[in-house]
Amino acid sequence: MSLSFDRIKEKLNILADAAKYDVSCSSSGSVRKNNSKGLGDSSGMGICHSYTEDGRCVSLLKILLTNHCIFDCAYCVTRKSNDVQRAAFKIQEVVDLTINFYRRNYIEGLFLSSGIFKSPDYTMERLVAVAKKLRLEENFNGYIHLKSIPGASDELMREAGLYADRLSVNIEIPTISGLKLLAPDKKHEDFTKPMLKVKNEIIQYKSEKKIIKSTPKYAPAGQSTQMIVGATGESDKDIMYSATHYYKNYNMKRVYYSGYVPVAEDNRLPAIGTQVPMLRENRLYQTDWLLRFYGFGVQELLNNDHPNLDMDVDPKLGWALRNMQYFPVDINKADKSVLARVPGLGMKSVHKIINARKFRNLNWEHLQKIGVALNRAKYFIICDSNKWDHSDMEGTKVKGLILQNSVGKFRKEYSNQLQLFS
Amino acid sequence: MNATKTLIYDGSFNGFLTAIFVAFDEKSQIADIQKNSASQNGLFSEPETIFTQMDKAKRVWNGIHKKSHNAIKDIYFAFLSENKGIELVLYRYICKLFAANTSIASDYSDDIVLKTSQLARSVGREKHRMEAFVRFQLTKDEIYFANIEPDFDVLPLISKHFRSRYADQQWLIYDIKRKYGIFYDLNQVEVVSLDLDEIHTNSLNKSAHFGDEEYNYQDLWNNYFKSTNIKSRINLKLHKQHVPKRYWKYLSEKKVV
Ligand code: SF4
Repeated sequence: MSLSFDRIKEKLNILADAAKYDVSCSSSGSVRKNNSKGLGDSSGMGICHSYTEDGRCVSLLKILLTNHCIFDCAYCVTRKSNDVQRAAFKIQEVVDLTINFYRRNYIEGLFLSSGIFKSPDYTMERLVAVAKKLRLEENFNGYIHLKSIPGASDELMREAGLYADRLSVNIEIPTISGLKLLAPDKKHEDFTKPMLKVKNEIIQYKSEKKIIKSTPKYAPAGQSTQMIVGATGESDKDIMYSATHYYKNYNMKRVYYSGYVPVAEDNRLPAIGTQVPMLRENRLYQTDWLLRFYGFGVQELLNNDHPNLDMDVDPKLGWALRNMQYFPVDINKADKSVLARVPGLGMKSVHKIINARKFRNLNWEHLQKIGVALNRAKYFIICDSNKWDHSDMEGTKVKGLILQNSVGKFRKEYSNQLQLFS
Repeated sequence: MNATKTLIYDGSFNGFLTAIFVAFDEKSQIADIQKNSASQNGLFSEPETIFTQMDKAKRVWNGIHKKSHNAIKDIYFAFLSENKGIELVLYRYICKLFAANTSIASDYSDDIVLKTSQLARSVGREKHRMEAFVRFQLTKDEIYFANIEPDFDVLPLISKHFRSRYADQQWLIYDIKRKYGIFYDLNQVEVVSLDLDEIHTNSLNKSAHFGDEEYNYQDLWNNYFKSTNIKSRINLKLHKQHVPKRYWKYLSEKKVV
């Protein structure tokens, strides 16, 4: 190591820098127990070991195997036509880095992606080789996330899943037309084919495992994908309908939304220096959350009448304000699924309410103690006190009252954006 | 009426449980339960020194556990907060628990339950943070060594996590504040006390205890951390919220260069 330390450092800088635009960081959802006195254990929740200065979780060593690429996708720093320093890791170098970082408790594992050198299969083969070495030679049970290279063969996808906890193919551009425009070398099927393969393998291994206990695990943490937001002119509805499609048809564990960071001077794309749409990205994650954990259907939140998310209020509040007929709900009687739709009530509060109301009827004070965001919730609930008059509360009036009294974390940013149009 | 009593115990969790046993057994009025290191004489109560007895502690533990799995966890975690007066809060909690027919561990509209669960939550949060922020440095005698300085006494809570994760390397995590550590020798974890002649923060000054390779890896990690940052998205407020400043001096990625 010491001999080539400077060279490794240089490579790491280049190849971590190029990998940082992939926003996936999750290291949870796997079940790899350390039973053999080996290194690592990923049976618990994933751990964020640090946070970047932009506030994102660092839980995996996230690098590219190489940033050489034969393709020229307009939105990507690694694209062929971009004038950047190129580098490539040797397989053993990635293994050493992973093991040594893991032993020092810097990371939960490895997230390995790559530019495409020579061909998709040639590249994918190397990614698989890293994972295989880590598992078989180093007895490593930490988390491994491999990026599937679009266009890689079924056989390699099958092998990848035997050593990786999670596989992902980034769809990047949420609409087919957008993809054609920005990544003319790639076909839509190049993305969906490996996804389908992984999905089917997961199903098959699971059913075999029921019969033969010794069947190895196949990508136990499932697969995920990422979409870039704001590179092309798609609406929030386009994005979320597309996400729903991938959740449903490819059994995605997670879809990530990544506000486009301008990295290229290209007239098909927002100019360099354009602000990253962070608020929009945040709203999409909130929507995704509502779909996965709060029982909302996508068409309730986004439809032809309402194709884009509100920027001034979060999607749950936005939905409630458009649907005041469902409110107010009685905190002491309403079902879990109804409580989950009340603005200001997170699933944790819902859970606490349901437990606490077994002992007594709850009033404002109780709710406050439990930690309910009453400044928002109070317009939508009744409880065991009648300090609040709900009669004739219209959506617009409620919205005004809430906005007046809230200092949302994006308020400042939002008003910055508004200034552009005033 | 009997005079009220202040029970003085040795500061250990089992000592505390023994005190609870005595309190119930003697049916005395408890004015307070205090660590012997911090005990103060109450004006109107009679002090009684409690000697830790494992069998009694165990019976209380089992009794609580039988009542509620959540309660025992909250009680243990809240105890490790070392919060002033926590013993009396927990004593009241346990009284309530034994008096009630249903499990009260989720009755957050009750002040004692709420306070206990909030303290337990804070301790849980720090447990989690320590699992994240421990940074091992490999010593020349092949031991992965880390200093920590947590607000709460979380070493007993993180032992299992590190044992299952680092089963094939020797490691030592040392709590500077409380002057004890846990050491894994490839077979088991032991509690150790030792006198450190220096405190190893992530300073740039190399120490003779660690090899060059160790500093190379710290350097690589520090560099990696910088490369992953996206400048156009910088948000230092959020960053500090996630990685509180008091931990920085032990983080190799926070080396001041
Ligand atoms: S193929 Fe991948 S790495 Fe290459 S330019 Fe396209 S997105 Fe970037």
